[in-house]
Amino acid sequence: MDFAYLAESFWRLLGGVPLTLQLAGTSVAVGFIVALTFALAMYGRVWPLNWVAEAFVFVFRGTPLLVQIFLIYYGLGQFRPELTDFGLWGFFRSPYYCALLALSLNTAAYSAEIIRGGLLSVPRGAIESARAYGMSGPTLYRRIIGPIALRQALPAYGNEIILMIKATSLASTITLLEITGVAHKLISETFRAIEVFLCAGALYLLINSILAFAVRRAERWIAPDLERTEVAATVH
Amino acid sequence: MEPKSFLELMQWGPDGWLDEMVFGTFLTLAVALVSFVFGLVFGAIAAWAKVSGGPFSNRLSVTYTTVFRGIPDLLVIYLFYFGAGLALAALASTFFGYDGFVALPGFLVATLAIGLVSGAYQTEVIRGAWSAVPKPEIEAARACGMSGWTLFRRITAPQILCYAVQGMGNIWQLVLKESALVAVIGLSVHFAEIRIGDIVLLGETRFSDLLRQAYVAAGSTRQPFPFYITCVLLYLAMTTLSTVVFKRAEFWATRGLRTA
Repeated sequence: MDFAYLAESFWRLLGGVPLTLQLAGTSVAVGFIVALTFALAMYGRVWPLNWVAEAFVFVFRGTPLLVQIFLIYYGLGQFRPELTDFGLWGFFRSPYYCALLALSLNTAAYSAEIIRGGLLSVPRGAIESARAYGMSGPTLYRRIIGPIALRQALPAYGNEIILMIKATSLASTITLLEITGVAHKLISETFRAIEVFLCAGALYLLINSILAFAVRRAERWIAPDLERTEVAATVH
Repeated sequence: MEPKSFLELMQWGPDGWLDEMVFGTFLTLAVALVSFVFGLVFGAIAAWAKVSGGPFSNRLSVTYTTVFRGIPDLLVIYLFYFGAGLALAALASTFFGYDGFVALPGFLVATLAIGLVSGAYQTEVIRGAWSAVPKPEIEAARACGMSGWTLFRRITAPQILCYAVQGMGNIWQLVLKESALVAVIGLSVHFAEIRIGDIVLLGETRFSDLLRQAYVAAGSTRQPFPFYITCVLLYLAMTTLSTVVFKRAEFWATRGLRTA
């Protein structure tokens, strides 16, 4: 093993970390807002909003993220004249924004399902007694439904954030140089797959370990009374 | 080139792309299926190491699941694709003095890579199902004089299968969607002509997985949107069908269990 090369590729891969974090951070933030809207629409059963939300979740959870990225980046490119007319071509010609859009919508679909699960776990009795106290609407959501749902949903949501860090690697397929993109470039330059893989893998593991630690701390902070068991393999 | 309508693009035969897309779907399914089976093997071994292995094998298994659940699948596929090629090339030049490109068994490399990742998730499912097997049943079996392999075969294993069905369904969906990643390494398979007597059922073809096929068709016709939409629809069909099948399987597997 060539340690000088190992160190060099580590430094170059480190250059991809900001983009990975940026893609994951932005898409998780945007995705959360979309997810919350859709989850409330599904929970509230307001026709046709719940129907739209369920269709969205079905399509985005039922297809691979890579297909979604290609559809948005390459597929929509076919409508360049129309997009130019609407002033959207600047957005859809950029691989960065396309990746961001695909990642945000993808995580929104999974998160909506997680948040809905949290909302459904709120006991009916809690809601009824809150209503008996005269709470309704936003107050009920803010004081009762929100906090209980958040506690239930947090472990799964933490998993989703970690999955998003991994999902950003797909942005490398449309030329973005985040960690995996840099790794691919390095491998095709030097054909030293093992060294590059070790460094890139270590970086991802480091980021995800820090995240997992933070999520565990957050869980203990918002729900100190709940006994936590390890969340086993919540997967996409 | 005059743009064609969706139906013109999606004809069966040499004028359209429907046949290519359908064969791509079959290859995607094959990749997913073989990866899933590889994953089952890796998962079963790692789960066994976690449940009843010694401290060393336990440590090894924990490392395996942590690493492969913590790094992106695409990175693993790259490692296998480039790494295996390099390893083969190195072997070829050391032992046969052959310096040049070594053709890869692309299918094997891709399915091993995806199988290794899904195996890490399957480990947790199998381990969870294993620990769900009621302890008194094991004790009862021991009291009846069963031990070792007999106990595992008659009591533990059948129940692990029952408890694991739901989790395995989730992982099958994951693997199915992950199989799209083979598009980036351009996996393709070659088929000889298929004929019955004089009738040619299928000419000699080389085709790739569903997503790659859509990519190729999009590049060739300069009309990417219809192909990616078709790709989306075919994946939706696959995942929806899988959901139905696994619902059935779960119902069947848990028919003897008391439900709330």
